[in-house]
Amino acid sequence: MATTMITTLDRSSRAAARGLSDISIRNLFIIPTVLFLIVFNIFPLIYSLGYSFTDFRASTNAPANFVGLQNYRDLLNDPYVWSNFAITAKYVIVSVVGQLLVGFGVAMLLNRDIPLKGLITTLLLLPMMLSMAVVGLFWKLLYDPSWGVINYFLGLGNFEWLADPKMALYAVALTDIWMWSPFVMLLSLAGLSAVPKHLYEAAAIDRAGPFYTFFRITLPLVAPILMIAVIFRTMEAFKTFDLAYILTSQPTTELISIRLYKMAFQEWQTGRSCALAYIVLIMVLAITNIYVKYLNKVKER
Amino acid sequence: MRKLVTSVLAGIGLTLACGTSVHAQEKSLTIFWAEWDPANYLQELGNEYEKETGVKITVETTPWADFQTKAFTEFNAHGDAYDLVVGDSQWLGAGSTGGHYVDLTDFFKKHDLGNVMAPATVKYYAEYPGNSGKYWAIPLEGDAVGWSYRKDWFEDPKEKAAFKAKYGYELDVPKDFKALRDIAEFFYRPDQKRYGIAIYTDNSYDAMAMGFENALFSYGGELGDYATYKVDGHINSDKAVAALDAYKELYTFTPPGWAKTFFVEDNQAITENLAAMSMNFFAFFPSLINEASNPNAKNTGFFANPAGPHGDQFAALGGQGISVVSYSQKQEEAMKFLEWFIKDDTQKKWAALGGYTCSQAVLKSAEFQNATPYNKAFYETMFKVKDFWAVPEYAELLQQLNQRIYPYMIGGDGTAKETLDALAGDWNATFKKYGRVQ
Repeated sequence: MATTMITTLDRSSRAAARGLSDISIRNLFIIPTVLFLIVFNIFPLIYSLGYSFTDFRASTNAPANFVGLQNYRDLLNDPYVWSNFAITAKYVIVSVVGQLLVGFGVAMLLNRDIPLKGLITTLLLLPMMLSMAVVGLFWKLLYDPSWGVINYFLGLGNFEWLADPKMALYAVALTDIWMWSPFVMLLSLAGLSAVPKHLYEAAAIDRAGPFYTFFRITLPLVAPILMIAVIFRTMEAFKTFDLAYILTSQPTTELISIRLYKMAFQEWQTGRSCALAYIVLIMVLAITNIYVKYLNKVKER
Repeated sequence: MRKLVTSVLAGIGLTLACGTSVHAQEKSLTIFWAEWDPANYLQELGNEYEKETGVKITVETTPWADFQTKAFTEFNAHGDAYDLVVGDSQWLGAGSTGGHYVDLTDFFKKHDLGNVMAPATVKYYAEYPGNSGKYWAIPLEGDAVGWSYRKDWFEDPKEKAAFKAKYGYELDVPKDFKALRDIAEFFYRPDQKRYGIAIYTDNSYDAMAMGFENALFSYGGELGDYATYKVDGHINSDKAVAALDAYKELYTFTPPGWAKTFFVEDNQAITENLAAMSMNFFAFFPSLINEASNPNAKNTGFFANPAGPHGDQFAALGGQGISVVSYSQKQEEAMKFLEWFIKDDTQKKWAALGGYTCSQAVLKSAEFQNATPYNKAFYETMFKVKDFWAVPEYAELLQQLNQRIYPYMIGGDGTAKETLDALAGDWNATFKKYGRVQ
């Protein structure tokens, strides 16, 4: 122990002798981080903002011409883009609400003394540890009307999950719910275990029913952590790409991220896609701000 | 002294290593193509070239879904990772006007390739703009959409009798779209897990376009006027509307879940006893005559896209030309490879390996036509093919086609006329945006 302390002191002394003050050491860590952020985040952000006001196409060697707000005007008047936003909104709502209900429901079930609770919890967490691509390919097989097991077990015959334009989005959302409900479950379990037991005891003494106990004790106390789950899952669902792209390529499942990818890397409308990326960014920021304000209100209660 | 000797030796070693590396670099070429059997055949051909010249050929591949994105990302970065690229026919406009391809007009004329190669391959794989006499690629892999079918199902006496009783004519390889439709309907038996036909329906790249074009061109319809870029009255003509209706009707005879299918699934339809007939590029047919990959290999036959109701008979063009990448540091070496590739002997070797030569002489030879069960159909098809728009904005046009046709085909939204009117509107707006029409 003494040796360690002496060594530590010696190192500090050596650092001090070299003139490395606390501020220098702090800068040693902060400067690379700032440089990294500038090079890989801030510079591309500003650069792409510039491109969003041009007609630049990366596939040509033609120079970028300034077109002002034309790209933004075109995009906001494009019914396809609005349709992509509507599809995304529908997907986000179905997916996040589904995850919230399933995740919280499972957490409620697990928040009691049951045998093998630890093992069950661990097994339930497995889906979210898998890669999106693997999950997509796996569920594509499960949904297959000819040899998929879902139709077999549910007795649905040749029901088309992914081929039916009206069903495909729900099929993608269902897969997302399967994958990410454990995340909500995990957060909910943390919230539920933090609810003081004496509140339930007091409620029991007062002969409060389960409905009253849930809405007056459990939900209000878990709400802040559930809001965090909602914020994370909304942001994730809003930018979903891989799952929908792998499972199906219906126009009814063309989320805004897929449209953006196609516009940028298949059609090479670089300027226009930069503008769309900014529109998406503004929307995500606005939604997140609303959530955060609501979260703060919930916390203040 | 020891340090000095070590330094000198290290220096000599480094010089030799660099020298070897530069030497090796000069004697190698990288060709970029999609991941499929023809790319493997090209690698084998490249190995022959290495034996003859000492220049190592590496055919680098990527899955089809990433092919366009990866190639253009490299072009846009002006990267020299690839010396040659076997690009899709519709890339010609973007590749040439974007400055990514080397102008091969002089090379083309010097070797009289306009007469050496099949006319359609010259027109669609090499020349841009159309009829300009400017060439940007050498036709490499000829391809078009054709059909495979279950010979055993077609030749079954009971089936033949039942078919004749129902439709009043013999069950045989379809000569026209009416017969194609009738046969598809006849074999559509969901209760037996047998279906009539497998067609392209995927809307992510050009699958849907290729499939629909097979019907469109044979029905006498056109995508538009390639010279004036006029689309109204072409893509939404009565013939085009009838073609779309016919293609949609074929979809009703496909196996369940057939809403996002391309070449893999269409071959599976034959190998897994799902469908009586299956649409696919000829380049995917080799695996259907291979018993290792197709248990029905002996019972699989092939035919060219049938004629439409007015006797027109065309097919959608696939295939690619090979272009020299303008950012390559080894353009001279690449040109030498092309000179070797266009030789008659090489073209014969290319065909023998399984590649679809575009050389007229080889295509017309009995040796080629009898080499496989599908080569005859391929030969017939290659002289009656048409292609998608090759303009730089082709990807937008393709996306618009997918956006319009898919909901009608798969979802049953609207009518064929409404769908194609809307598509004409989209394409017209796109051509206006790029200043091709007023």
